[in-house]
Amino acid sequence: MSLLRVEQLNKSFGGVHAVQDLSFEVDPGTIHSVIGPNGAGKTTLFNLVTGVYTPSSGNIFLDDQPTAGRPAHVLARLGMSRTFQNLQICMNMTALENVMVGRHLHLDRRFLPAMLRLPGIVRGDRDCRDKAAELMNFVGTGRYLDSDAASMPYGALKRLEIARALAAEPRLLLLDEPAAGLNANETAEIDVLIQKVAQTGVTVVLVEHDMKLVMNISDHILVLDYGKKLAEGTAEAVRHNPDVIAAYLGAA
Amino acid sequence: MGWMRAPRTGGLMLLALIVAAIPWFLPNNFYFEMAILVGINAIVAVGLNLLIGYAGQISLGHAGFFGLGGYCSGILVATYGWPPALALLLGAVGVAALAFIIARPILRLKGHYLAMATLGLGIIISIVVSTEDWLTGGPDGMYVPPFTLFGWELYGEAVWYWVIGGLLLLAVWLALNIIDSPVGRALRALHGSEVAAQAAGVDTTRAKVRVFVVSAVFAAVMGSLHAHYAGFVTPTSSGFFHSIELVTMVVLGGMASTFGAVVGAAILTVLPQLLSGFEDYEMVVFGLILMLTMIFMPQGLVPTLARVCKRRDQRASPIPGVDEVDP
Repeated sequence: MSLLRVEQLNKSFGGVHAVQDLSFEVDPGTIHSVIGPNGAGKTTLFNLVTGVYTPSSGNIFLDDQPTAGRPAHVLARLGMSRTFQNLQICMNMTALENVMVGRHLHLDRRFLPAMLRLPGIVRGDRDCRDKAAELMNFVGTGRYLDSDAASMPYGALKRLEIARALAAEPRLLLLDEPAAGLNANETAEIDVLIQKVAQTGVTVVLVEHDMKLVMNISDHILVLDYGKKLAEGTAEAVRHNPDVIAAYLGAA
Repeated sequence: MGWMRAPRTGGLMLLALIVAAIPWFLPNNFYFEMAILVGINAIVAVGLNLLIGYAGQISLGHAGFFGLGGYCSGILVATYGWPPALALLLGAVGVAALAFIIARPILRLKGHYLAMATLGLGIIISIVVSTEDWLTGGPDGMYVPPFTLFGWELYGEAVWYWVIGGLLLLAVWLALNIIDSPVGRALRALHGSEVAAQAAGVDTTRAKVRVFVVSAVFAAVMGSLHAHYAGFVTPTSSGFFHSIELVTMVVLGGMASTFGAVVGAAILTVLPQLLSGFEDYEMVVFGLILMLTMIFMPQGLVPTLARVCKRRDQRASPIPGVDEVDP
């Protein structure tokens, strides 16, 4: 049984077919990467799956529930979490509060009890704070517990986003270029972190440019080119696929 | 300044102390009246701050809701003889319904467009109350009877002072509760990054609509009470300038600071009176003070002062081996 299933997906912008007839499945508990040259449609695919775009045609299923075109907050309820390529950290909040926002769906969100600060709200927030602190330690940002998000370095913010996404206790975690803008050391740390996340049972879908990272950690790789599936398989299979080599090196 | 570290309880206690202490320093009714106006404005500003400061959505039409509350009380009590408390309640519910209906389309707008839409809303309300003179008395406004509850009449500056003072503490308490809860965190998150909030499962449209309605109700209730207190209601109370004044209170005191909204309301209500010695130049000096404050304290008074105190605190008790980190 696949956790995420994409069927005959198409998305065109005017005359540009950004994604064409794309079908693939993601098995639960795996790390699944999407790679491809610039303009291959990776980001479009990511935006389709996360509900930013509505497909021109085709279907997306999360656990057999159709998700295509549904708003992001509904997808979150279905167990999908994501991070962003260009950081989307709430700079007006502390690091810990950012992670606490990730737990939104697990908390009492009713207005009246919140306004009257009923004991249940206080208790829920205290537990939420503990869980958030635990997650910050898990991703390795424990030293920033009380910091304002705005005062944290870029690399730590990247990991903070992962902590916030995990706070929702997702079944599917989508990472949009988690290593973008990181140096070799930080990338290696992210590499370890993603594997740690996958070990907890969360299914990871990864869009990434850093080949070393992708080859290292992926159970399954999907290669896109011009919006179409070019190849699919294990790292080893993809690495030796002549079509993939041609697409990347520009050979005829 | 230890209370700054626990703004919830510490700040509320300090505010309660100030509210309790002020009457001892008020020589006559004129000053009482000023204190009451400060309280009324502060409550509206606290509500508006939830929308502007925390959720990051601008409204240039909140005086419209304030005015609607006032006229609802005026018309129902003076013309139709309703009990004032019931009129106040109906005003609040009516404004909540209106705010709810218009919030969905309006709050899909962002930035300048949202400002324009709320501005338009305020102007429409203001025009309606000044032209429908068969109902509202037109530009001259209308008489509003005193507020009575179970046969007891709210009379005298001192009584009004304690009622408004109590309501201010209640409003601040409610606002602090909202902010320090999942609901408030969702609001601040959608201010910080709307897509991130949505990805975390926050229904951002719903959250914005709710806070818009709550802030409108704060304004409507105070509009009703102000009408009863003043004994009359005029179109000015719902006008454009009053809306701007309310926004300025929030910005001057400090966005996303509940106590800042109170301080901002106090300054903007009291300062024009203190400056009356400048006569013709009063508004010029007033404007200058506002400009200088915003230039040198762009985050507003209370957040800036809080940061200064925090820094001095840290300097007073340095942790050995740790250099001071500038935020």
